[in-house]
This record gives sequence, structure tokens and C-alpha cells, in this order.
Amino acid sequence: MIEMKGISKSYRVRRREAGLQSALRSLFSHDCTKAPALREMTFTIPDGQIVGYIGPNGAGKSTTIKILCGILRPDSGTCTVDGLTPWADRKRHVARLGVVFGQRSQLWWDVPVMESFLLLRDIYGVPAPQFQANLDRLTELLDLSELLRTPARMLSLGQRMRCEIAAALLHSPRVLFLDEPTIGLDAVSKLQVREFIREQNRLCGTTVILTTHDMQDIDALCSRVILIGKGQLLLDGTTAQIRAMAGENLSTEESVADLYRRFGI
Amino acid sequence: MRKYISFFRMRLMAGLQYRAAALAGLSTQLVWGAMEVLLYRAFWLEHPERFPMGMEALAAYIWLQQAFLTLFSLWSWEFELINSVKTGDVAYELTRPADLYGMWMARSLAVRLSRALLRMVPVILAAVCIPAPYGLRLHTGPAVFLLFLLSALLMLVVVCAYTLLIYALTFHLTDPNGIMVLSVAAADLLGGGVVPLPFLPDGLRQIASLSPFGSMQNVPLRIFSGDIPLPEIPAVMGLQVFWSAVLILAGYLLTRSGLRRTVIAGG
Repeated sequence: MIEMKGISKSYRVRRREAGLQSALRSLFSHDCTKAPALREMTFTIPDGQIVGYIGPNGAGKSTTIKILCGILRPDSGTCTVDGLTPWADRKRHVARLGVVFGQRSQLWWDVPVMESFLLLRDIYGVPAPQFQANLDRLTELLDLSELLRTPARMLSLGQRMRCEIAAALLHSPRVLFLDEPTIGLDAVSKLQVREFIREQNRLCGTTVILTTHDMQDIDALCSRVILIGKGQLLLDGTTAQIRAMAGENLSTEESVADLYRRFGI
Repeated sequence: MRKYISFFRMRLMAGLQYRAAALAGLSTQLVWGAMEVLLYRAFWLEHPERFPMGMEALAAYIWLQQAFLTLFSLWSWEFELINSVKTGDVAYELTRPADLYGMWMARSLAVRLSRALLRMVPVILAAVCIPAPYGLRLHTGPAVFLLFLLSALLMLVVVCAYTLLIYALTFHLTDPNGIMVLSVAAADLLGGGVVPLPFLPDGLRQIASLSPFGSMQNVPLRIFSGDIPLPEIPAVMGLQVFWSAVLILAGYLLTRSGLRRTVIAGG
């Protein structure tokens, strides 16, 4: 159960004009402006749901994920994940959390993937039988047997992403955050990743929060969509509802683009 | 604790695979050590009585310095860590149920040990074969040798804690490069890198010994070569413990405050 209530967060941004004069002036004083990233964000996600968390660039998606991961503390509001406040009980909270940032890597670059997995086992303190069971299952579902002995730097993007997802699930997390997990993947890999996420959710009841710009991900996976823009929640419903709002015969992609325009975000 | 040990082991193994780098470093260190010994020999032959260290002790100091170089050299920063803060990849580390400072410490210790393990043995073997007084000899008894090992360990902790302090500053600065360059220069001069501390003039020598840099290579190398007499060893090693504690505490607090205000930019 994930609960966010009235979460607000703004960043301080230093701004200055281009040019030598203002560069010199900024040596002595900065113009700091506050850029709000989230405003009074409120939503609840029950256990076992797959939720698409979407919005245009700069809407506040990553900020939300970072707050939920305990990396960032909000300016105000409360947030609990299974009863724990992420930034206050960080260690206990993240032990039950799996994260995949599609644009970053958690595998060690120049050692075989299996080494990274063993390290994660120790970091999360996963008991040996549980680790082995998870590893066997992930190896089979994600087709990893060839990859485990390969150094991460030798993997293709699709292979690496499968390993990244496996790495996030070795400790049987109850909640999985996927930040653009299919970015840059070819059609086959995309389908494979989607299929796997669905299976993981169905078999293990893992709650999944998916941020993506790929509406096919959303169509394929999410029973529920949370649409945000300029740091505010704009819409919370099913993909069918989104399509219905946008009008006749539009794909989810077109409907979402239409909504972005309509909300002026 | 197990997670940090595992982290340490992982980095150690990863580090042991860079054989070409080790080979290149090895040859450099042998030639460099030989040149240094020859240089000091010229001065020593001229005025042996004005030398603040014996030639044998000095030769031991130089060869051990070359053998242990990667254990204490401040210029071998871990750019991976600094870049992970600059690019935001540190986000992954923060989603682990472990302490970031602890993970970084385990990692730094392992990197330095793995680099040193690959180079140490050949340099020592070569230096032992060089005739006295220009080669590497053990001048001291087993008790002092044990103290030497212990002070080498303390040196490693001081060095890692110092580098972690600089990495922690990365959270607060746009770019830590300036401080890093200054640190390297300071450590070279005050830590006994350019010349052993006994060669420094009065005043500067005392300041150097008391500075954190003086608790780095200076202590184990001079204990090994017998340049620090046994009764003075507890005091210098006590200073090493003191600097370890101060640097670890400062680095830990700076990391914590850095994380509190950290914003990982971009998606």
C-alpha cells in the first residue's frame, strides 16, 4: 500500500544571464529561484497493482519516484509505503523495494553479471535458498543462463535490461519501480520485458509503478494510469477512460498527446 | 557487516584483473626507484655525515614506497565514485539498504589493496636482490615489523578516509578538481612523497608530521626502515589513529549532510 498525501517539492535553481558581466556578478551573489516540481501530490496505490505513472518531460515523475525511493525528502506532505516513511526509514524501506532506472546501470561494469547478483544478495541479506529460487525463476523467465557469466560491458542493451530487471527482483521486493524500462529496446526485447513484468505481478503480487513515455508499455501492462503535469495530478483512471476523454478512435498515444495539449502541459 | 565485506571482496576481485596496468606501473616503479636511489647516493657519497637518514634506511624507504605506491598515492582517485555523484548514478547506491559511506569505504580499501597486491611482490623481490646499501633489507626485529604492518593498515585507513572526505565534498561542489589537485601537492610534500620527512627543514618537518598527510606513507615506511626508534612508535601510531577517527567522522557527516540536500537531477 503506497500512500502519498499533499507531497510538495521544489528545487532551487540558480539562474543568470549569459555573458561575462553576469558571470562575474554570479561570483558574489546568485539569483535563486524556486522551481516547483510537485504540488500537493496525493494518491493511493493498493498492493498488487500495476500503475502507469505518466506525464510530459519535467512533469515531476522522477521526483515522485525519488521521493518514494527515499532518495529525496519532500518539502511538505506525508508519504508511507507499507507503513514506512521512505526518507525517514530509508534502510528498512529500501530493503523491500526494487528499482530499475532504465537510463542508469546497477550492474558492475567489468565483472560477470553473476558477481553483481551475488553482491546484491549480500547487500540485501537474502537467505541462500530464497536467492537460489529467485535466481532460477528469473534465469528461466528472462532467459539469462547465457548472460550470467558475461561481463556487463559485453551485453547488448536488451540483454542488459533483462539483467537489470532480474537484479532488482533478487530480494523479492514487494514494490517495484520501473523508470523507463523499455527505453531504447528493440521490439522483441520490449515484448519480453513486458511479458515478464506481467508474470511477476501475477505470480508474486508485486506492486509495480511504471514511468514511461512509451504508451504501448502502458497499454500492455497497466490497469490504472496516473497522469501528472507541472507537478499536479491531472487524471487517475484506466487507459479506457483516457481514450474516452480524448474522443473517438484515438490510440492511447494520441489520446495522451491530446490531453497534454488540453491541459496545456 | 557482511554486505560491506562482500562489497570489498567484489571490488578486490574486479581490481585484480587489470594486468596490463599493473605491468606498466611495475616497470615505472622499478625505474623510478632506481633513479631515486642513484640520486640520493650522489648526495650521500658527497656528505654522508650530513644525511638525516642512513643510506640503507633511505634505500629501504624508497623501495618500499615504490612497492606500496598504489596503496597510498592520493593521485589515484576513484573517478568512478566522483562521476557517479556528478552524473547521478549514485541514485542506485542510495536505493540499497546499506550505508553509502560504508560501501564507499569498503570499495576504496579494496581498490587500493588490489592495485598494490599486483605490484608489490615483484618490486620487493627486485629490490631485495640489489646489493647493500642500495637495496631493500629488513633492519628491524619482528616486533617492529609487526608494528610496521599495523601502521601500514592505519595508513590505508587514513588515506581512504581522506579521499572519501574529498568525494563527500563532491556533493557540495560543482567540481572537486581544484581541491583534489591541491591535496595531491600537499600530500606529496607533507607526506614524505617528494623527500622523506627527515629531509625537510625544521618547522616544516614538525608541521608535516602532525598534519594528516604525515600519518600516511611517512609512518610505515619510516618504521620499516628503522628511522623511527621503537619508543617513539606508539606516539606516531596514536596520531594515525587520531587522524583516522577525525577524517572518518568528518567524511561521514559530510556525506550525510550532502545526501540530505542532494537532488539527483534528470530522469
